[in-house]
This record gives sequence, C-alpha cells and structure tokens, in this order.
Amino acid sequence: MNALPLTIYVSFAGALLALAAGTRSHAAARWIALVSALTSFALTLLAASSFAPSPGLQTIIDLPWIAELGIRYHLAADGISLTLLVLTGLAATVGVLFSWNIEHRVGEFFALYLTLIGGVFGVFLSADAFTMFVFYEIAIVPKYFLIANWGSPVTREHAAMKLVLYSFAGSALVLAGLLWANAAAVAHGSVSSFSLNDLAAAATHFSRGEQIGLFALVFTGFAVLAGMFPFHTWAPTGHVAAPTAASMLLAGVVMKLGAYGCLRVAMPLFPVGLAFWQPTIAALAIIGIFYAGFIALVQDDFKFVIGYSSVSHMGFVLLGLAAANATAVAGAVLQMFSHGVIAGLLFAVVGRMVYERTHTRQLADLRQLPLHRLLPFAALTFVLAGLASMGMPGFSGFPAELTILIGVWKTSPVWALFAGGGILVAAAFTLRAIQVSFFGSIPLSRVVASGSELTHAGSLHHYESITLAEKVGTALLLAATVYIGLKPDVLLDWIIPALQSPFMQAALKGGSL
Amino acid sequence: MNAVPLLSLVVFTPWIGATVLALLRGISPATTRALTLAFSLSTLALSGLLLSEFDPHSLSPQFVERHPWIVALNVHYHLGLDGLSLLLVLLTGLITPAALLASWSHLSPSPPLSVSPSADPRLFGSLFLLLQGAALGVFLALDFFHWFLFWELSLVPAFFLIKLWGGPGAPRAAYQFVVYTIGGSAFMLVGFAALFAVSGTLDFTQLAQLGRDGTLAVKLSGGAHEVVFLGVLLGFAVKVPLWPFHTWLPATYAEAPTGAAMFLTGVMSKMGVYGFLRILWPIFPAPLHNAAPWLIALALGGVVFGAFAAMKQTDLKRMVAYSSINHLSYCLLALFAVSYATGRNVATGPAASAALSGTLLQMFNHGLSAAALFACVGVLQTRIAHALSRSRGTGVPPVSLHDFGGVRTAAPIFAGLCGLSLFSSLGLPGLNGFVGEFLIFRGVFGLHPVAAAIATLGLLATALFLLTFWQRVFHGPRAGVTATAFADLNPIELATLLPLAALMVVFGLFPGLLTVLFNPLITSWADHLTLP
Amino acid sequence: MVPEAALVIGALFVLTLDLAFGRRRSLESRLYLAVITGTAAVVAAMYGAFSSGLAGSVFGGALILDELTMATRLGVLVLAWITLTLAGSTARLRHPAEFVAIVLFATAGFTLMAAAQQLLVAFVALELASLSLYILAGFDKSKPESAEAALKYFLFGGMSAAFLLFGFSLIYGLTGSIELHEISAHLAGHPPTPLLSVALVMVLVAFGFKAAAAPFHLWAPDVYEGAPVSSAALIASASKLAGLTLFVRLLWPGFGPGAGNVSTAAGAPGWLAIVACLSAASLLLGNLAALAQSNLRRLLAYSAIAHAGVMLLGVIAAGDAGNGPLFYYVFTYGIATVGAFGVIAVIERTSPCQRITDLAGLYRRSPLLTGCLAIYILSLAGIPPLAGFFGKFTVFAAALNLGGVAGPAGWLAILAIFLSAVALYYYLVILKQALVVAPTAVTSSDPVTNPITVPADAAIVLVFAALILVVLGLFPSFVLRIF
Repeated sequence: MNALPLTIYVSFAGALLALAAGTRSHAAARWIALVSALTSFALTLLAASSFAPSPGLQTIIDLPWIAELGIRYHLAADGISLTLLVLTGLAATVGVLFSWNIEHRVGEFFALYLTLIGGVFGVFLSADAFTMFVFYEIAIVPKYFLIANWGSPVTREHAAMKLVLYSFAGSALVLAGLLWANAAAVAHGSVSSFSLNDLAAAATHFSRGEQIGLFALVFTGFAVLAGMFPFHTWAPTGHVAAPTAASMLLAGVVMKLGAYGCLRVAMPLFPVGLAFWQPTIAALAIIGIFYAGFIALVQDDFKFVIGYSSVSHMGFVLLGLAAANATAVAGAVLQMFSHGVIAGLLFAVVGRMVYERTHTRQLADLRQLPLHRLLPFAALTFVLAGLASMGMPGFSGFPAELTILIGVWKTSPVWALFAGGGILVAAAFTLRAIQVSFFGSIPLSRVVASGSELTHAGSLHHYESITLAEKVGTALLLAATVYIGLKPDVLLDWIIPALQSPFMQAALKGGSL
Repeated sequence: MNAVPLLSLVVFTPWIGATVLALLRGISPATTRALTLAFSLSTLALSGLLLSEFDPHSLSPQFVERHPWIVALNVHYHLGLDGLSLLLVLLTGLITPAALLASWSHLSPSPPLSVSPSADPRLFGSLFLLLQGAALGVFLALDFFHWFLFWELSLVPAFFLIKLWGGPGAPRAAYQFVVYTIGGSAFMLVGFAALFAVSGTLDFTQLAQLGRDGTLAVKLSGGAHEVVFLGVLLGFAVKVPLWPFHTWLPATYAEAPTGAAMFLTGVMSKMGVYGFLRILWPIFPAPLHNAAPWLIALALGGVVFGAFAAMKQTDLKRMVAYSSINHLSYCLLALFAVSYATGRNVATGPAASAALSGTLLQMFNHGLSAAALFACVGVLQTRIAHALSRSRGTGVPPVSLHDFGGVRTAAPIFAGLCGLSLFSSLGLPGLNGFVGEFLIFRGVFGLHPVAAAIATLGLLATALFLLTFWQRVFHGPRAGVTATAFADLNPIELATLLPLAALMVVFGLFPGLLTVLFNPLITSWADHLTLP
Repeated sequence: MVPEAALVIGALFVLTLDLAFGRRRSLESRLYLAVITGTAAVVAAMYGAFSSGLAGSVFGGALILDELTMATRLGVLVLAWITLTLAGSTARLRHPAEFVAIVLFATAGFTLMAAAQQLLVAFVALELASLSLYILAGFDKSKPESAEAALKYFLFGGMSAAFLLFGFSLIYGLTGSIELHEISAHLAGHPPTPLLSVALVMVLVAFGFKAAAAPFHLWAPDVYEGAPVSSAALIASASKLAGLTLFVRLLWPGFGPGAGNVSTAAGAPGWLAIVACLSAASLLLGNLAALAQSNLRRLLAYSAIAHAGVMLLGVIAAGDAGNGPLFYYVFTYGIATVGAFGVIAVIERTSPCQRITDLAGLYRRSPLLTGCLAIYILSLAGIPPLAGFFGKFTVFAAALNLGGVAGPAGWLAILAIFLSAVALYYYLVILKQALVVAPTAVTSSDPVTNPITVPADAAIVLVFAALILVVLGLFPSFVLRIF
C-alpha cells in the first residue's frame, strides 16, 4: 500500500531514462520501459495482495505543498483507486509489449508513454483536487505527441489536436469548477483547501444553485474524457489515429480517468447537483450507448468499429454512475476495469496484429483475406475479446453489465430496459466485426473454382508471425478478463467497501431518485 | 453433497475434451475423430451412473453441488438434477454422438489447398464438444449466473459451426441466429437484474419460492413485474422459438451443416422449452397465467402456421425446420394451457399431469425424431453433392423435394430408417412421437378444448407434408439424382441413424421407460397448481 | 538606489571599456567583454537590491522598498541577465557595447519603476526605460523591419507617455500631491469627480499600452516581429514585469479608493471596470488572433496580449489577494517568454526563424533547444507542473475568491480558463513543428536541416530558465512566500 506512490515516480524516472537511453540504443529504451511498467504493475499487485478493504481513502502521503492556498500533496487509495491502479499497471505493461516493434524515435516514444502512465497513476492516487488536476494534465499532453508522431499517417495530426483540445477543454471546465468550489468554500467560511474531503464538507453549505452549476462544470469536464455523448467525438478519431499502444491506453485507461473523476470528484462533492442532473446524464449515457453502437454497426474502418464500441461501453459506465446507488456504481467501476482490459485486447488485435501486417483497416479489404487462416492467433484473440466485449458470460464484461443493470433497475427500470437494448446493439456490431474482419473470406468453393483467387490468397501466407511479445501481452489481458469474469468478487470486494465511506455515501445518497 | 461432483463431471468432460483437442496439435484426423466421439459419449456413460443412483420419487434436485462463488452478487455454483434435467441430459448424450457421426466428413481431412478452417477437424470437434458442454450446463445449472453463462456460450460454437461449415447463406444465417437470440437474452438479463435488485438472489429455487408465495409480485410493483416477465419470456420465446419469434430459425437450420442442425433442433431448441418449464413458469406463475390466453394463441400460431409453412416448402431442410416449430409449439401449448387452467377449477389435476407428461415426452421424442430427420436430409444432401461434384466444385447444395424419386428401391435401408423417423414425427401409434402428442392433446382438451381443436388442424397439415416428403422422395419412379446412382447407407451413416431409429421404436413401445423418470415430479407439479 | 547606481555605472563602464580597448578587437570579443561587464553590473545590482532590504519608504517617500519592490527588482534583473547572456552568444551587433549599455540603462529604469512611489519618479523611471527600449527596438540598422518596429513603438509609446503625463497632471491638480499615499487619502475623503475619471482613464490608457492590452496592443506584433530578438525578449519580459509593478502600485495604493467594485454583478463604478474591460478585450483578441498567425514572433505577440488579459485580471484581484499571484504570473511568464525568444535567437544563428514552420524538425537539429522550447511553450500554455500553470491557477483562484462567479471578476476568470483551452491549440502548433514535423530541405545544403550548435552560455541560461519554470511550478511557495 505504502509503496503505491512509487508507481508514479518509477514511471517518471523510467520516462527520463528511456529518453536518455533512446538516443543510443533502441533496445535499451524498450527494456527500460518494460522494466518500469512491470515494476509499477508489480507494485500495484503487491499493494493489492496486502490490501485490507475499508471504507474511505487510506492516506499514504500527506504533505503540505502550497501552503498559501491550502494545497497538499495528498496521495491515498481505496478499493476503487486500487482497481484502476491495477488496470493501469496491466495496461501499461501490455502496451509496452505491443509497442515492441516501434523503430522510430523509440526513446521519445517510451518517454511520452511512461509520462502518460505516471500521470494516470497520479490521478488515481490523488486525494487532493489540485494534485489530481496536475497529474490529470500531465497525462493529457503526451497523448498529443504520441498520436501526432507515431499515429497513422493521414489523420494523426488532426486527430491528435482534436483529442487534446477536447481533453483540455474538459479539464478547463474542471479547473473552473474546482476554483469556483474553492472560492465558494472560502466565501462560506471554510479555510482555503483543495482536499476532496474538505471540499466535500464545505460543499454541504453551498446553495442549490451553486451545487447544480458546480456539478455541471466538473462532471461535464471529466465526462468529456470519459467519452460522454455528445462530447465523445474525439474518442473514435483519436483511437483510430493513435499508435496501437496509445489506443490501448486511451481507451483502456485514459477514458477511465474521466469516469474516475466523475465518480471521485463531481459526484461526492456536489450530491445536490447530481440529483438535479441525474436524468440528463442517464439520457446522454443511453443516447451514447445507442448512437455509438449504431455507428459502429455501419463503419467501414475496423478501428473505427472498436473506437465507437469504446464510446458505447463507456455509456454503460456513465449510466451506472448516473444511477448513483452502490450497486450500479460498483458495476460501473467493474465495467471500467473490464472495458480497460477488453478495449486493450481489441485495439491490440486491430492495430498491431492485423493492421501492421495487412496494412489495411478497411473491412471491405479484410473481407477478401482469409485472415482466420493467415493469422489464427489474431482471429482467436479477436473472437474472445469480441465475446468479452459483447458481455458474454465468462468474461469480465458480463458481471460488470449485470451489476450495472441491477443497480440501474433500482434507480429506474426504464433506464435498465434501454440498457438491455444497448447490450443487443453491442452484440450486433461486435458480431459483425468478427464476421466480416476475420471470417469474411471467400468461401472455399469459390477459391477452388477460381485459380486466380487462390493464388491471391496463397501469396498472403508470408505475414510475419505473431511475436512472443504480442502473445504474452494477449495472454495477460485475456487472463485478466476471464479471471475477473469468473471471479468478479476479487474486485467487488475492494470496490463495495470503498463505496461505504461517508465521502462516497454522500453521492450515493444524494443520488437516489 | 456427493464425494464425486458427478454433475460437474457431466458438464465439464466435453469441455475438457475440447481443450484437449485444441491443445493437441498435429494429431491425425482419425485420432481427432476418436477423441471427439469418446468425449461426446462421456455424457451417455455418466448418465448411466446418474440413472443408477437417481431416485425418481425425490422431488427436489439431486446430486446437488452448491458452493459459494461470487459473494457480492450472492452467486453460488449450484448444480442439481431432477427428472426433467435428467431427461434432457440423456437426450443430449444421445444426440451429440449421433450428430458427430453425421458430421463424419467434417472430421476428415479436407483438400490440402483449402484456405478454410473447415480444413481443421480439430476445430470442428472442439466446437462441438463446447456446444455439448454448454447445453448440459444449461440443463443442470440452478443459479442464473452460470446458467446464463452456459446459455450464452452455447451460441458461440453454434455460430461458428453454422458459419464455417454451413451452406452459402450461412454467414448471414449465423449472424441472424445469434443476434436474435442475444436480443432475447439481453432483455432476459435485464429481467434477472431486476429480480436480483428486489430479491438479492439469482438462485432459481429461491426465486421460484419467492415467485410462488407472491413476494416478487409485491416487490415488483407498478407494472415492473409484467415488464420483467416479458423480458424473460422474450429470451425463451426466441430460443424455442415461439411464433412469431421464429424468423431466424428456417434459414439457420437450412444453412447449418447436418450435425449442427441435428444438435440445434435436437438439443438447443429444448433449452428454450426447458427454460419455460424450469424458470419462467415457477418464477412467474401469475404473469404467465395472465398472459396465457395470448400465449396459447401464439403457440397455436406456431402449431398451425409451422405446419402449413412446412407444407409449402420444397427445400427439405426448411421443411423439417418448420416442422420443428410445429412440434415444439405443442410443448408450449401444453404448458400454457396448464398455466391458463391454473386456479380456474380444481379438476385440472389429471389433465394437467397428462399435458405436462406429454410436454416432457414430446421434448425427448422430438429430439430423437427431428435429429434423425435432419440426419436423413443430410444423407440426401451428400448424395446430391456427390452427383454434382463431377461437374462442379463441392459446396453444400440445397436439397429439394423434386431432386429425388424412388429412393425406396435404390436404397431400401435408408428408406426404412427415414420412413421410421417420418412416421415417428408424424405421431404414428407404436412409435415414440405418438405418446407425447397424444398426452398433450389429451391434457389440452381437458384444460382448453378450443385450443386443442384448433391444434388438430396442425396435426392434419403435419401428416400432409410428412407424407408428401415420404411419397415424393421414396416412392414413384427413380428421378433426378436417384436416376443415376444412389448408394445406400454407408456404415457411418448407418451408425448414425440406426440407434436413433431403434430408440424411436423402443420408446414408442415402452414409454414408461421415460415416464418413470419424471412421473412423480409431474404429479407433484400438477397437484400444486396454485397462484400466489 | 544601489541597484540603479550599479547598473548605470556598469553601463558607463561598458562604454568606456569598449572605447578604450575594443576598437581593434573583433566584434565578437567586444561583445563578450561588454556582456561580461554588463553581467557583473547586473549581479552587483542584484546584491544591491537584496541588501537594501525592506526599508519601507525612502528618499522622502519618493521610493518604497517593500516585498514587491524587492521581488520585482530581482525578477527584472534575472530577466535582464538572461537577455544579456543570450545577446552575448547570439546577436551579431555592430555596436555591442552600446547595446549592452542601453540594456543596462533600461534595466535601471525597470528597477526604479519597481520602487517608485511618487508620480514624478514613476514617470521619469518609465521614460528612462521606454526611451532605452525604443532604441533597442531599432538597434538592427540593417533591417527595415527593425526601424519600423522602433518607429511604431516610439510613436505609440510617446503618445501613451503624453496620456500618462496628462493624467498625472490632472491628478496633481485635483489632489495637490504627487505622493501616492496622499493621493489615496485625498480620494478617500472626497467624492469622485468627472475630472478624476478623466485622469484615471488617461493613466489606464498608458497602462494598457505598457502591458500591451487590447485595444492598445497594436504596436506589439510589429515590435515582436521586427525588433532584434534580444530587444524583443526584454520588451516582452522585464519591461512587462516592471510596468505591471509600477501600475499596480499606482492603482491600488494610489487610486485604490476609486477602484469601484467588479466582484458582484451590480458592482460599483471605478477604474476596476475599465481594467476588467481591457482584460476581457485582451483575452479575446489575443487568443483568437493568435489562432490565425503563421509568423512565430507575431504569434508570441498575440499570446502576450492574451497573457496581458490574465495579468489585468491579476491586477483586479491584487486589491484583495495581494501582489503575490500577479507577480508570480508575470515573472514566470517573463521567464518563459525570454526563453522562447532565446531559442529563436539561437536558431537564427544557423537558419532563419520567422515563420512557425521554420521550426520544423527542430527535434533532429537540436534536442536541447527542443526540450527547452517545449518547457517554455507548455508553461505559456499553462500545463502543470510548469510554472505557467500555477500562475494561472493562483490568479484565477484570487479572482474567483473576490465573489465567486457572482460578478465580472469571476466571469473573467471563467472566460480566461476556457480561452486557455483555445490557447493550447496555437501553442501546440508551435510544438508540432518542433517535435513532430520533419524538416523539409529543398537542397541538401539547405541550412534548415543542419544541426544547430548551441553556445555553452546560451545553453546554460536556457536550461536555467527551464529549470526555474519547473522548480517554481513544483514549489510555487518559493515566490508566494515573499508576499
């Protein structure tokens, strides 16, 4: 537990080392990144193994930082943050494995990559809004360079700019909200402080109007990063343009930053605002689920399918948050973890295994290739990941969706019914992607009938085989999703006590309809 | 609690087999075949064990395994077996090996130049074993969490079996099949989420208890009870399928490879009926009762339209597919009639008992005869493919009613076995199909005479199209494919059909062999027909 | 007066030394000699500024030595030192000694501005600095743009000086004093008159000019573009810091009673309202116009205008929150801007650096410059953990603490926060060229692909500036604690 802050420092130190080493040896930079990511992952697992679930944040470090404004360097963790820390460690490690083949500016790539990771770790560990915001912004900026430098050539600059501006606009909303909250707290007689606990305590004296306005600012700000409709448009383009590891991190972890912020900051601080906006958020979440799902259903670009599916799945997370009861929120956190792992898998298959071998992401082109024959491992992985993504029981998506549905039903049966429809849409587009991308090959009869197609297909057999790094990464993610799918208790036992703390209860109580 | 977790063994042995097959690279097709068949036969062998220890007079589930699993969701790993489950486990144990034998060609090496995964018999074998295990899990699980796991996971191997080994329209059919079924399941999932939200349990027995004593109706107020009921109903209605949720079925059955079609109709359709009996009816007695008049109408729709649609078909696979809709609608009709009559008058006991016995028998018998029919159509299909292969590529040709004639003289053994299946399906006394249908009609007449009267219309049409099948294909002058050369059954095909045919005769003559398994259960059900 | 004395003596010494020994030497060694002498003078001035302590009012109330004076003086001297060092290693000047001397004179003006507590001293100090800056702007006689910049700067500056003088004379006429505290006492005791309003407007116009606030910003883009890099750096940084200090002293301790109120929607009339209008105009115009720039220096100019908007917000908040946030903001902004100009200056040794696209491929040509530039630009954009972020944070916090979002001050803060998201776009455009785009060379000998060698002294100050931004960003209390 006490070693958790090391994840932040290890990542940043790894970033500097990778940058320095990258100028001389690409291999050194890679190994530094891997060691750094693995160390963080190991630290999170270590903390998890000795973690005693208890309500409330367990403080790890609490130092005065900027005394003039009452800002403290306050790191703490509870079951929710621990869940996401483990996810981050896992995603970071796997992301390095799937970036093993990067040859262009390797040192810089991993430096930015690890900076991003360090920022993410920091956000999940922060118990002070200022500290959290600092880490949050640290995580935003590297995304631009990761995408703009190593992304897919045509769209990367536009996509990177769009993504970062959206993120930054979101964080501007958050900043405005936090500063306003602090000012309001001071006006109501509190001492200037950005500690989440203090802000929450002060916020109980806020007027209804202040609560509503503050919640709108902070929640929207974070929800932009969580991909809430209609602020989601950065996500598909960004995911598509990003290099594989960045897509994995973006969809896997960075979108969770937004959801985490909503849960950790916006909801507990401004429960009155939450109660006011609850139906709106739920409506937007449901619209997001369906809208993104339908778009994913008709995409021609494989990666866009996955990109939109992320938005659709994050809709479930937001819906769970909007329901604002312990069950739904626990489900939402579980879904964050689950989607983090599954989205990582999907992007790994599409971006690394398929695209970097076939050099096309167009479903129409992939359809012509007997991919399940040429890349059976990729096909198997994608089928499993797709099933997990559809919410197939046995994978982590299922207990998450089930828990969300249970919780949402408690708040509003109508939302739950819509969510059920959303599951159907998710199944439809995932199945279509599986079908068209990997198994859309020309039927056997036609291959035999026409010699030219046969030679065409035969000539494709020389794809580079799936590397060991890819296999290890895939195995890690698959193991995680199956393990949590069969034993969601592991995470729920952390998450549910965390939701019993007075701090989180404020949100959950205020949120009941 | 048993020392040996027998039920887990039943469920997971096929899955272990699938894993073994997947891990053993480079084994010969012959070994693959042997392993697949051996693992699929495990169910039958283990059912023997179960049968020997099974006590039909105990009304509660037996061989129970119950272990805490997911504490946060109050989920237990809960398996149990009663007469109904045992019947279906037996059916699965019988149909799967038969279906594998019918797919013998898929388990053989394909042309070396092939770029299709159909080249890999290991894949076919593993998928089939996965399917088998999932179906068994559905019949044995008593907690929604893993019941749903098996329920949904059964779709995955089915999807790939249809898609990769099916006919030209298979990708579309497989997609449609899975999306329809998941569509139903999604709302069922919402329904169970709601049940958990109000009751805090996902255990079927506990939920049934709550449903019986009316607690659920109290807790799910304001129309929510009906909504939840409809959600769960939708899941099962698509699976069986209940008319008009059947539109995925004809194409799926027609495009599926023979073995998969046998399994689909023989076992997977029973999963839906099983769901009605095990889940919907006990948990939602009152809503089901209220909806019964409409549901009876739908079931009748299935009976009548299924039969008439089958009459219109020239494609034999589609014909058998529609006949499946027809036959399964009888089961549902009986159940709905029982639910309809519940609480209306006291004298329903014997009729209800007859209807329910009929339902269970019909499930089992339809499994046998429909699977056998698909196997027969499969034989016809291979003959056509054989005839066509001289001119064009292999592939899976459609099997039309008009392609044949006079098969009886060309292939007398085949004609005999196929005729047996047809007449069993038709409900000829002395064959197994008769008993179930008879009991159903007897029961429904007592419970809802009008429905029974209308259903006879379906009976008539069934006779018509099955006899047409019989007459066109087997009688008359040799024509079409039969005109040139029509080989009789080869040993494998014989091994597929003969056991099924033999069982049809045996169970036709001695239905008591089956009813003894579930009679006490049925009687207790029929005696306790009350509404909360 | 020790710092001013040190600087003036240093300037004279530089000139003398050059006259005595430099005639036969190369331009380069003369420049080095001048810069070293100048640096010594700056260091001496720093010592002087530090040692003079917090003595309060001195020289009969003409000057004041308080925390703000000390901080501003040190800040100005640091900025001037960076400018000097950069000039030493990069500029190709025909009159190096004169350049250094004028920089020192200007710096003397700045330090005096930092301490002025009397209208006359303020005006004289301002003019000393301004006149020096006019010359610096036009120092590159070989470039017509430089002359244009100088002329524009001079015309605008002269005009604003006239406004300021007019305003001062009116205030003297109304209050009968040139001492700030007496003016304040008089204003507090008498109701505002129209004439006083005119006087305040006059002062604020001059202030707007000095701070490059819209709509008095017109000189800035041309001066930033045309002036020699070092001059532009000084104008953008030290001059701003000194100017802000001067005016915030004039406004709050001097005209405080006439401030009015912008904390609530109803408010009260006063000069704060005008400052708020200037702030809003600068924020909008600066950020939006910057989006359209393709010239790097003009972009920096518009970004400076946008930053001026935040500084004015800091001035509004200074009445309540003290000078800490404002000083922190202006100082760190100055460091980042000097650094950015320094990078431009170093690049210009090898290849032209006017358009943003001239930065293309900088990451290959000089990783050091790229890293430093990234830190400066990200600091300007307000990305944590760099100082620019905390500057914004503390200014916005101070502004919002005035009355939440109930009044124009809070609205301005919110507006500024949102516009900072817009600003990120144009800052990223710069960084995109430097970090992402590969250089495009027409021929192989094209200098735009050559590696850039960074002179050691320039490297040191650039890294130093970057370090300041990081350290102050992580530990802003170092600065805030002073106030």
